[in-house]
Amino acid sequence: MAQWDEQFSKLKQIIEMMKDHNLAEITIKQGEEELCVKKAQPVQPQFTAVPMFGAGMPGMMPGVAAPAAGQGQEAAPQEAKPAEIKSPLVGTFYAQPSPDSEPFVELGSRVEPETVVCVIEAMKVMNEIKAEMSGVIVDVVTASGSAVEYGQVLFKVRPD
Amino acid sequence: MFSRVLIANRGEIALRVIRACHELGIEAVAVFSEADRGAAYLDMADEAICIGPAVPAESYLNIPRIMSAAEVSNVDAIHPGYGFLAENENFAQICRECGIIFIGPPPEAMRLLGDKVEARKLAKKVGVDLVPGSDGVVEDVEQGLKIAGEIGYPVMIKAVAGGGGRGMRVAHNDMSFRSGFASARAEALAAFGEGAVYLEKLIIEPRHVEVQVMADGSGNVLHFYERDCSIQRRHQKMIEESPCPVISEKVRQELCASAIRIIKQANYVNAATVEFLLDKDRHFYFIEVNTRIQVEHPVSEMVTGRDLIKMQLQVAAGENLELTQKDIKHRGVAIECRINAEDPANNFSPCPGTITRYIPPGGPGVRVDTHVYQGWTVSPSYDSMLCKLIAYQPTRDEAIATMKRALSEFVIEPIKTTIPASLSILSHNLFVKSKIDTEFVERNF
Repeated sequence: MAQWDEQFSKLKQIIEMMKDHNLAEITIKQGEEELCVKKAQPVQPQFTAVPMFGAGMPGMMPGVAAPAAGQGQEAAPQEAKPAEIKSPLVGTFYAQPSPDSEPFVELGSRVEPETVVCVIEAMKVMNEIKAEMSGVIVDVVTASGSAVEYGQVLFKVRPD
Repeated sequence: MFSRVLIANRGEIALRVIRACHELGIEAVAVFSEADRGAAYLDMADEAICIGPAVPAESYLNIPRIMSAAEVSNVDAIHPGYGFLAENENFAQICRECGIIFIGPPPEAMRLLGDKVEARKLAKKVGVDLVPGSDGVVEDVEQGLKIAGEIGYPVMIKAVAGGGGRGMRVAHNDMSFRSGFASARAEALAAFGEGAVYLEKLIIEPRHVEVQVMADGSGNVLHFYERDCSIQRRHQKMIEESPCPVISEKVRQELCASAIRIIKQANYVNAATVEFLLDKDRHFYFIEVNTRIQVEHPVSEMVTGRDLIKMQLQVAAGENLELTQKDIKHRGVAIECRINAEDPANNFSPCPGTITRYIPPGGPGVRVDTHVYQGWTVSPSYDSMLCKLIAYQPTRDEAIATMKRALSEFVIEPIKTTIPASLSILSHNLFVKSKIDTEFVERNF
């Protein structure tokens, strides 16, 4: 039992050390014994060479919605970067269910994963877009009625 | 003429279509996946819309996303390029239903000629010789064995819905027929969603010769002569040339006339390529029709002095080709080398990565069709073709010399490319004498 407690406390120390130094993997060999601890990684795109992207990225695609004027990032520098709700479709973004209704969400609105934040119309079909996260809306990035592309940032959310 | 066209493709063919659009005063809308974000050719389009993540099923093959992009960008027509949705009759049909013009054949003609069994029936009907074969789908292995016995071994088992060399097996006897039949069907089902197969006699030392055809909406069907595409590896073309160096003018005329008969019979409109096998006695046999513009179209453009992509746009916009066959003359020799990000020394395995040094060739007789530039990152998500290098000169020997010079000048580093392999082939005595067939590369390299 004592041996198990000792092992477990060593493991805890190793895990703390990994967190402190943001390590993904550590292997410790002592004689015949080997311990390997791996942190679960989010799925990353694979690049097989040094990503030396040339000459910068081209700017905004013309003709597609620019961020709504007057909106800025409100998250304080010390806080975690706000999460983004991105468009999963190509289509037209609508902030409210119908022209004379209130918008689905506004600055300061609380959202849960199932909260409908907007509608994107694609090929005459109105698709309800859910927040898929919990938090508070800190930025409404896209103007209602504008065309959006896949991956375009619609809202910024301060996650819980 | 259209005012705006969306290009449902990527890479070099997207750029090719953007260029043709701009010369005709048409605005070009490009679509791209996350893997192609930042590509310089997208800046050449008038608008670029991200349609999804890297995986083709969610971007370049995703019909709803492409149609949405067409809708929000307000285009008149869609050019499908080659590959992806170019031969998808469902996509062509959906474009029609959405009131957007598909730059290619009508869905009915695409369906008819895209079905290899139906295309063979049609070719036979207009008096074009077929490779002896099963005249239809082979339902089971026992039926297949019987037909193979009648045709005579060796036979090729081919997928009805196939393309790109997949869903094909060769059988030299009953035993290899049994195993080949099962695996061809399985591969076809996995690759194309349709497991039906048919049989063809395997021609010995065949050359692959194809005819470029363009048909307009008024029934005017023109050919732009033939291309010899015998330099292939695993059914992927590596080098294409026009004219075919080994056929007489008489055979050329018959070959091109046969292609026209087939295209006319199908009520086909827009660009198509009719493929044949040529045997050692210079008899030709119909294989299939590609109902799209092809990778190697520049070869035919150089020897006839025509722009096939512009013609596609014009025909799709309802304009008639103001040309007769007499106006289309064949002049000089053009050779095209496909340059892929593959390592010839390592079984042509793909080499994705970032190109840190890129110096393309130039000078007289050189054409470079590419979307690639210094700093470009080759993605593992798509095919490995980087560039099409075309040499054009009055004679074949001069075209070969220009191509060798251009290949030697071409710098693409640090990734491995097929440039050394192309150089080896062009220097090979048998290639120079054109004593080649479709197995030449695999036999000698």
